Amino acid sequence: MNVLFFGIAKDIVGSSQITISKGEAIPNSVADLKRLLLDSYPEFLKLKSLAIAVNSEYAADDVSLNGNEEIAIIPPVSGG
Amino acid sequence: MNKIIEIVETIDTAKVYSELSDAKSGGICVFVGAVREFTKNEEVVALEFETYETMALKEMGKIADAAMRKWSLNKVVMKHVVGEKGVEEPVVVVGASSAHRDACFEACRFLIDTLKETVPIWKKEKFKNKTVWVSAHP
Repeated sequence: MNVLFFGIAKDIVGSSQITISKGEAIPNSVADLKRLLLDSYPEFLKLKSLAIAVNSEYAADDVSLNGNEEIAIIPPVSGG
Repeated sequence: MNKIIEIVETIDTAKVYSELSDAKSGGICVFVGAVREFTKNEEVVALEFETYETMALKEMGKIADAAMRKWSLNKVVMKHVVGEKGVEEPVVVVGASSAHRDACFEACRFLIDTLKETVPIWKKEKFKNKTVWVSAHP
């Protein structure tokens, strides 16, 4: 599972991409992924919002994951 | 092609007029967002933009489609820059053309307001002594 990080999320994690390999515990839902992220990087709790995109679409917490998706961590957007 | 959606290095504001101009359109409305010199009395040196491009283009396309469903528009343009931009440089342009002015005025406001809410683009403000990701924290 490829996880992409943008904006301040990239600074928090210290990388623009993390690969979770099949052997490791792959989160099975968006909620699960968020939990894993917040446990590993508590700095995310300080953000105004935290959204997850699955295959470049915003995904709700109950969306399930099989490990083959492209995941992106979307901190508060600030275009314009 | 009645819809132009792009992530670009630089915005040519003059070109947008020709992209929106259309024989059926009596009204063309364009909004340009540019780099402002001061944020809360602090001098901004530059803004740096980054994006999740595949998703940003998809989201901008959805916004343009929603506008075209909501108003009777002939053409819609949405462009946003990436990279570092200095004071007065354009960073975003949205525009719409329609038979009469009401539709394109209202659509233009919707295009920029919705872009700022949903499109995955991030802006870092560079001041003399620090850099800040805009809107990241409450």
